[in-house]
Amino acid sequence: MRSPRIVGLPQLLIALALLATVDVTVGLAQQADHPGKPVYDRWCAECHGVDGTGNGSAAAYMLPRPRDFVQARYQVRTTRSGSLPTDADILHVINVGMPGTAMPGWRAALTQAERNNLVAYLKTFSRFFETDQPQLLELGRAQGGGAAAVEAGGQKYQELECWKCHGRTGRGDGESAPTQEDDNGFPIRPADLSQPWLFNAGGTVEDIYRTLRTGLDGTPMPSLTDALEGDIVSDTDLWNIAHYVRSLTPEDPALREVIEAPRIEGALPASPDDSAWNAVPRVWIPLIGQIIVSPRWFSPAVTGVWVQAAHDGTDLVMRVAWSDRSNSPDPVWAEWRNRVTEVMEPKEGDVAAAGPAPDPDTAAMAVPASPDRIAVWFPRSMPTGMERPYFFMGSTRSPVYLWQWESRGQVREMSGRGPALMEPLQASNGLTGSATFQDGEWRVAFRRALAATDSAAAISFPAGQPVPVAFFAWDGDNGEYGTRGSVSSWYFVQLTEPAPASTYATPLIATLLTAGLGILAVGRAQRRERTKNGARSER
Amino acid sequence: MFATRRIPRLIALPVAVALAACGGGDSGATGDTGAAGGDAGAAPMAVANAGTINGTVNFTGMAPANQPIDMGAEPTCAAQHPAGPTTQTVIANNGKLANVFVYLKEGLTGTHPAPSTNVEVDQHGCVYVPHVTGVMAGQGIVFKNSDGLAHNVNAQPQNNRPFNISQPTSMTSAPQRFSTPEVMIPIQCDVHGWMQAYVGVVANPYFATSGEDGNFTIGNVPPGTYTLESWHEHYGVKTAQVTVDPDGTATVTFDYDASVANAVVPLGAPFDPHTDVAAERRVAQPQPATR
Repeated sequence: MRSPRIVGLPQLLIALALLATVDVTVGLAQQADHPGKPVYDRWCAECHGVDGTGNGSAAAYMLPRPRDFVQARYQVRTTRSGSLPTDADILHVINVGMPGTAMPGWRAALTQAERNNLVAYLKTFSRFFETDQPQLLELGRAQGGGAAAVEAGGQKYQELECWKCHGRTGRGDGESAPTQEDDNGFPIRPADLSQPWLFNAGGTVEDIYRTLRTGLDGTPMPSLTDALEGDIVSDTDLWNIAHYVRSLTPEDPALREVIEAPRIEGALPASPDDSAWNAVPRVWIPLIGQIIVSPRWFSPAVTGVWVQAAHDGTDLVMRVAWSDRSNSPDPVWAEWRNRVTEVMEPKEGDVAAAGPAPDPDTAAMAVPASPDRIAVWFPRSMPTGMERPYFFMGSTRSPVYLWQWESRGQVREMSGRGPALMEPLQASNGLTGSATFQDGEWRVAFRRALAATDSAAAISFPAGQPVPVAFFAWDGDNGEYGTRGSVSSWYFVQLTEPAPASTYATPLIATLLTAGLGILAVGRAQRRERTKNGARSER
Repeated sequence: MFATRRIPRLIALPVAVALAACGGGDSGATGDTGAAGGDAGAAPMAVANAGTINGTVNFTGMAPANQPIDMGAEPTCAAQHPAGPTTQTVIANNGKLANVFVYLKEGLTGTHPAPSTNVEVDQHGCVYVPHVTGVMAGQGIVFKNSDGLAHNVNAQPQNNRPFNISQPTSMTSAPQRFSTPEVMIPIQCDVHGWMQAYVGVVANPYFATSGEDGNFTIGNVPPGTYTLESWHEHYGVKTAQVTVDPDGTATVTFDYDASVANAVVPLGAPFDPHTDVAAERRVAQPQPATR
C-alpha cells in the first residue's frame, strides 16, 4: 500500500534528539546497590545498555533493537495492551529468550536467584513500575484444534483482515507490510506465519492465542481483547485463528545434515509447482546473516529454505522454496529498502568491501534496486576425505561449482572463487531452471544431468554418495546484494536408489533354507531314533 | 394546617437558591463544534463569574501542500474523498490555521475532576475525525471505526502507558484513559500508514482546537490571568498571556507563519524516568476499561 510515510528521517532524528535530552544518569540510589546490577552489567548491558535504554554497543547490529527498559513497553506478557508486564512475564523472557531476535534464553546460564534479581533490577529502570500496576488478562482456556477449527480459523483470518499485514498465506507479504515501523521508528516486519519457530512471543497454539489477546507492545501488532470484550470476536474465534496459524507449518523442521534425493520412476517433476513434488521429502536448511566478510549483514530476510531433490538415474532435479515478501525489485518496497539499509549501515570499525567507497551523503538513500537470488553450490569434484572448499562460495585456490538463479534473469552455472565472487562457466552442463512467485513464496526448480559435460569445472552426481551442498539467498528489496545476504553451512545431498527386491528375497530364502535344512536334520534324527527303538523292541 | 402550607414555600425558596448555586450539572462549555468553529473543551461544573476566551490562529505566508495519499488499496475509503485524499498536516486557508490545539497551561489553581462523558475519535474514510482533539487526564476517549474494515488504534505517548487496539470491523472501543497530562499524544493506524491523529491530555477542562476559520473558544473560565499554549503538528508551540475578567470575554490571537516550518514539535514533555511522579501530575487513577 503506497502511502506517504508520516515519520521520516527528520522526524526520527528529532525524536531521537529529544530522547537524548532525557536524563538517564545511572548509579542512582535505587540501582547502585541492587543485587541485580552486577548480573545486568555483565550479561545484559552490552545490548540493553548500562542505562537500560536498549542502546548498548551491540545494539547497532540488531534489528529489532534490544528492549528499552526505560520506555517499558514489553512484547511478551499476560496483561492488557500497553500495560506493564508481571514479574512472571519478565522472568519468562529472561528464561527462554525471544525467538527471531538476538535475545537468548538464560535459564541454563544464570541461577534462579540471579534471574529473580534481574527481574527486580529491570523494573527499577522505569518510573511506570512505581505508578502503575500490571493489568492482568483473563486468558480463555485452551480449545481443541482439528480440521474444523483450522478451517474456521482460516476464514476468520481472512475476515478480520490479518492478511493486510501478514499476507494471504501468512508470509508477511501483506499490502501494509512495507510501511511498518516499531514504536521507536525502526523498520519492522510482520511475522512470517509459516515460521512459528521465529515468533517473538513463541510459536505454540497457546502462545499464538496469548499474542492475539495481548498484542505485542512496541510493535504494530495490536490486541484483540477490546474486540473480544465488545463481542466482535469470540474466544473460540481466537483459538481457531491460533490453530490455523499453527497449521501453516505443521512440523517443526528437524535439522538434518543430508538431503535425500530418492529415485523416481517415470517423469521427474518439471515445473516448480508440479504436484509430483508433494511426494518428495523436504529438508529445512536454516540460513543466517552473512557476518564474516565485509560488508556484513545482520538483518537478513531469508531465514531458511526448504529443499527437495530427486533423480531418475539420468537427471537430478532440486526445488528450493522460501518465504519472500516481494518479487524484487518491487517499487512498493523501495522505501523499505532504503530504511533498512540506513539503519543497518556498516558501523565504525567495519572494513568496507573492496571497491569504491560509498558516498556518505547519498549511499544510504541510493541502494540499488536488486533482484531476489538464490545460489546453490557444490565442490567442483567429489572430495576424497572431509576436506571441502571454503563454505562461503569457495576460494581462489579451491573454487566451487555454483548454480545461480535470479528474479530478473536466467538460471546460470557459475564458478565461485570466494564470497560473492562469481563468474560464469565457460561450458554449460545443461542446467535449466524456472521459478514461480506466489503469495510471498519463491519456488525455484533446477534440473541437470547427473553426469557433467565439463568435469574439470563441474561435479558429477554419483549414486549413493553424499555430495556437499550449500546455499545463499538474497532478498533484493531488503537491501541485499553482494555479500549482504544469508548463508548456510555445508550440508549434503545424496542420491538414493529404492531398495532392490533382492534385499527382501535374500533373508527370506536364507530363512527358508535354514528352516528347511533344520527340519530335515531333526526329522532324520527322529527317524533314526525310532528305528533304533523299533529294533530293540523286536528282540 | 397553616404551618403545613407555608413550610413548603419557606423550604422551596432556599432549596431553589441552593440548587441554582450548585450549578446546572453537565451543561458543558460554550463554543460551537461545527466546521465553522473548533471543538470545545469539557467543563461540566459551572464557575462563579465565569468568562470566555475567544481566539483566532492567524497564518501568514504560503503553506506547503499536503502530501497526497494513495488509497488505492481501500476503494471504499478512496470513494469518500472525491477530490483526492491528502494528509492533514497543514490546513491553512484565508490566513487562518486550523487544527491548532490551545490549552490553559499556567495560572490555574485547584484540581479539576475528569467528566464522566467520553470524547470520541472516529475513523471515517480511513482518516481520523477529528485530526486533533483534547481530553482531560483521566477522562475516557473512545475510538469508533465507521469504515467496516480493519483498523488498529496505536497510541504512543511518552508519559502515559500506550495501547494498540485492533478494530477488525465497524465498532467502538471501550473508553481509554490517559492518567498523566501530555501534549500531544500521536495516534496512528499501522494498517493504513497515512492515518495520524493527535490527542492532547490536559489536567483542566480549558482547551480547544481551532477550526478551519482559525477560531476557537474556551468557555466557563474562572476569572484570572493565564498562560495559554498553542500547539501545531508542523509549526510547533507558541504561548500567549490572557486575562479573563469576571463575566468577561478575553480575546487572544496566535500568529503562525510559514517561515517557522520544521520547528521542533514536542510530543509529550521529556521527563526524568527515575524520579517519583509529582502529585500534581497525577490527576486521576487509571481506570480499567469498562463498557
